[in-house]
Amino acid sequence: MVKEVRTAATREALGPTLVKLAQKGLDIVVVDADLGVSTSAIKFGKEFPDRFITVGVTEQNMIGVAAGLAACGKIAFASSFAVFMPGHCFDQVRMAVAQPNLNVKLVASHSGIVTGEDGASAQALEDLSLMLSLPNFRVIVPADVVQAEQAIEAAASNDGPFYIRTTRPKVPVIYDNGHRFELGKWDMLRTGSDVTVIAIGVLLQAALDAADLLAREDVNCRVLNAASLKPADTEAMLAAATETGAIVTAEDHQIHGGLGSLVAQTVARHKPVPIAFLGMQDRYGTSGRWDELLEHFHLTPQAIAEAAREVLSRKSS
Amino acid sequence: MTSISGASVPELERTARRIRRHIVRMTTEANSGHPGGSLSSTDILTALYFRLLRHDPKKPTWPERDRFIMSKGHASPAMYSVLAEAGYFPTEELMTFRKLGSRLQGHNIMGLPPGVEMSAGALGMGLSFSLGLALAGRMDKLDYRVYCLLSDGDCNEGQTWEAAAAASHYRVDTLTAIVDYNHIQNDGFSDYTHFAQRDGHRQRPGGWVGDEGHTVNILSLQPLADRWRAFGWNVQEVNGHEFTEIIDALEQAKEHKEQPSVVICQTTKGKGVSFMENNPAFHGKAATKEQLEQALKELAD
Repeated sequence: MVKEVRTAATREALGPTLVKLAQKGLDIVVVDADLGVSTSAIKFGKEFPDRFITVGVTEQNMIGVAAGLAACGKIAFASSFAVFMPGHCFDQVRMAVAQPNLNVKLVASHSGIVTGEDGASAQALEDLSLMLSLPNFRVIVPADVVQAEQAIEAAASNDGPFYIRTTRPKVPVIYDNGHRFELGKWDMLRTGSDVTVIAIGVLLQAALDAADLLAREDVNCRVLNAASLKPADTEAMLAAATETGAIVTAEDHQIHGGLGSLVAQTVARHKPVPIAFLGMQDRYGTSGRWDELLEHFHLTPQAIAEAAREVLSRKSS
Repeated sequence: MTSISGASVPELERTARRIRRHIVRMTTEANSGHPGGSLSSTDILTALYFRLLRHDPKKPTWPERDRFIMSKGHASPAMYSVLAEAGYFPTEELMTFRKLGSRLQGHNIMGLPPGVEMSAGALGMGLSFSLGLALAGRMDKLDYRVYCLLSDGDCNEGQTWEAAAAASHYRVDTLTAIVDYNHIQNDGFSDYTHFAQRDGHRQRPGGWVGDEGHTVNILSLQPLADRWRAFGWNVQEVNGHEFTEIIDALEQAKEHKEQPSVVICQTTKGKGVSFMENNPAFHGKAATKEQLEQALKELAD
């Protein structure tokens, strides 16, 4: 886990990774609903024109076509923005992909308020709640471009439906190229015994920075990356509850139905400890630069550190 | 490789009557289900499974098989009955329909039993899925054909027209859509075609609730053939209860190149059972035990 200065957007991983996997011989097809430039899927289309299906702005149709291709043995990828997929085609995702457990991979970019200037209409803050509700789906939220590439490889090589959530802005790359993403395993990026921050996506870097802030106050903060949201790492979650006794969750998503709900459900059942939930507090976003928006909605290292102090104060001594 | 082929028209008619008897029996046994739209599609399904499809009930996942996709997943009694008659599973199992522990759920579920190609029940999803199957066939250089059965309600759904646009865009001539156009849907009449007191109401814009409690003119699909033509499809219109017409149209569709084909079948909801014919009440309701006796009499050989 060498920290590099380079920045990249998780969405940039899709096209190049699919090209690489197809060159290795995987029977990948891509269905595109006119956002391939933004999701980087277009790079696959350039290399494999006969395996790149452009259906226009028809997200419902895109999911059905992908399901049909998968039913014939293809590894079918569909990509769009998270507001449109699953937002615009949830019933199709449920009935054509999830229920029959077909080999369809949804890679949705432009998730969260970090979508930025496009405003509330374009900022998907509900997608994880929708996708976590579907049996058979694996749900992955890569924290950086290296992990995004690994997650796409995992999706392509494991049979069945996947949802991978990517984001628009260039953010610091956290992992080095030796990183190996593992389904159902949450990486511990900082050890710690006083409190645990569990974060996903763009907020992982904020969680690491929060741990540095807390270290100055002699608070020993553990940081977990919950990229494999489903299957989740129950063991890591319960170890955090048992060994640190207090948890903060941080996600660029509504607080209902995402990472925080998932952690609370598991912890409440097995090892109840104080939890604080950072995310969008049941409200919509607005236009602004992505880093300004994180400040505006209190999704910063300072806010995470403050939440950590608050759960610490509730910890039974 | 076709295990069942070349059935004569009188044989098809006898098979269709058996399938109709299954449909009314199994829905009455389940005390629920959708007999009306199952009976309207029976002759189409019989023509496909006993005359036109390349399929083998012993090898339901044979990669080179023709695919039949039932978008109108509520007509599952017709789907199950035709598969059982064709030999995919024993006909006795039909009486487990909609019961706990049965493979035969109220709406079609992919692979249950093998031979059911797609999960359905939310209308509008079949044509996109069929397009995916057809595109995969093109990529894999397999010459199978894909048939997709649509209802009035399917043709309301925007997704059907998204798929229609994409299929002609890709010039998928291995895909044939079949519309079971019975002019009746869940709440009542999709247009005025089978509404007895239509004269005097035609000037009224939109739909309305009639004295019998049904909605009339829910969302007219007319002119349906022109709509498909405008989307770039090869269009034929036939009587969906005349085997020779159904077969000739589907054979013509096989020969047609560079465009997907649609066969609009004019059908009668509840076909074959007098009190169900053109009666919206039997879209999603089974016959009583007494009504079943009457129905079976009318469907006897």
